[in-house]
Amino acid sequence: MSASAADIDIHRPYLLRYARLHLANPAQAEDVVQETLLTALEGGERFSGRSSLRTWLTGILKHKIIDQIRRSRREQPLADDDQSEADAVDALFAADGHWREAPGDWGNPESALDNGRFWQAFELCLQRLPARTAEVFRMREVMELSTEDICKALDISTTNCWVMLHRARLVLRECLQITWFDDAAKNK
Amino acid sequence: MMASCKKASQLLSQGQDRRLGPLERLRLAAHLAICDRCRRVGRQIEFLRLAVQRFRDRD
Repeated sequence: MSASAADIDIHRPYLLRYARLHLANPAQAEDVVQETLLTALEGGERFSGRSSLRTWLTGILKHKIIDQIRRSRREQPLADDDQSEADAVDALFAADGHWREAPGDWGNPESALDNGRFWQAFELCLQRLPARTAEVFRMREVMELSTEDICKALDISTTNCWVMLHRARLVLRECLQITWFDDAAKNK
Repeated sequence: MMASCKKASQLLSQGQDRRLGPLERLRLAAHLAICDRCRRVGRQIEFLRLAVQRFRDRD
């Protein structure tokens, strides 16, 4: 079973957005999407019809993105995140390990998902994550790779992976608290 | 007993990435039972996962 070029091309905008979540360089994002569409058309990997076409295409795209990330890292390794970034988690806690500031009540945060302005805040907060931390977080949450696969792809230890994911989540939480949920509480 | 919210937040985060061991789960549950701040953060961390997926899939 093969999918037609027209069927496949419908998914191009989605694939491009997906690729750009991982690859800051727009030309690289274009390239991996182009390669994905070619691979799909050539039927090098067959569409079984068991999953949706978009899921199948995304599966091919993921491999292309991981290859690209690995190539980029070989050519130009990302600098380690600043120590100040690494300390960002420590800054959230008092010396005895308790929250320095009580995390705010987000009420029913799902209601923010329909608000366009929330997504602007969300995107800004994602962009503010330190580069390496962000890379691991996106591979885990956007690509939904296991930590084992991330460690293999980036050649880092599992512990390091967990530390970065913990940091990403707490820093992102804090950013959303400040830029969105504090205001949302005020405006109620 | 685990007194540290920092440690609890580590387990809350790792719980998203691996199956916690029996002892870890016990310690985390004991902490969450007495710490509404960490309960809150636990829910918020779950929300982050949902939000990223929506962010990825929105058309």
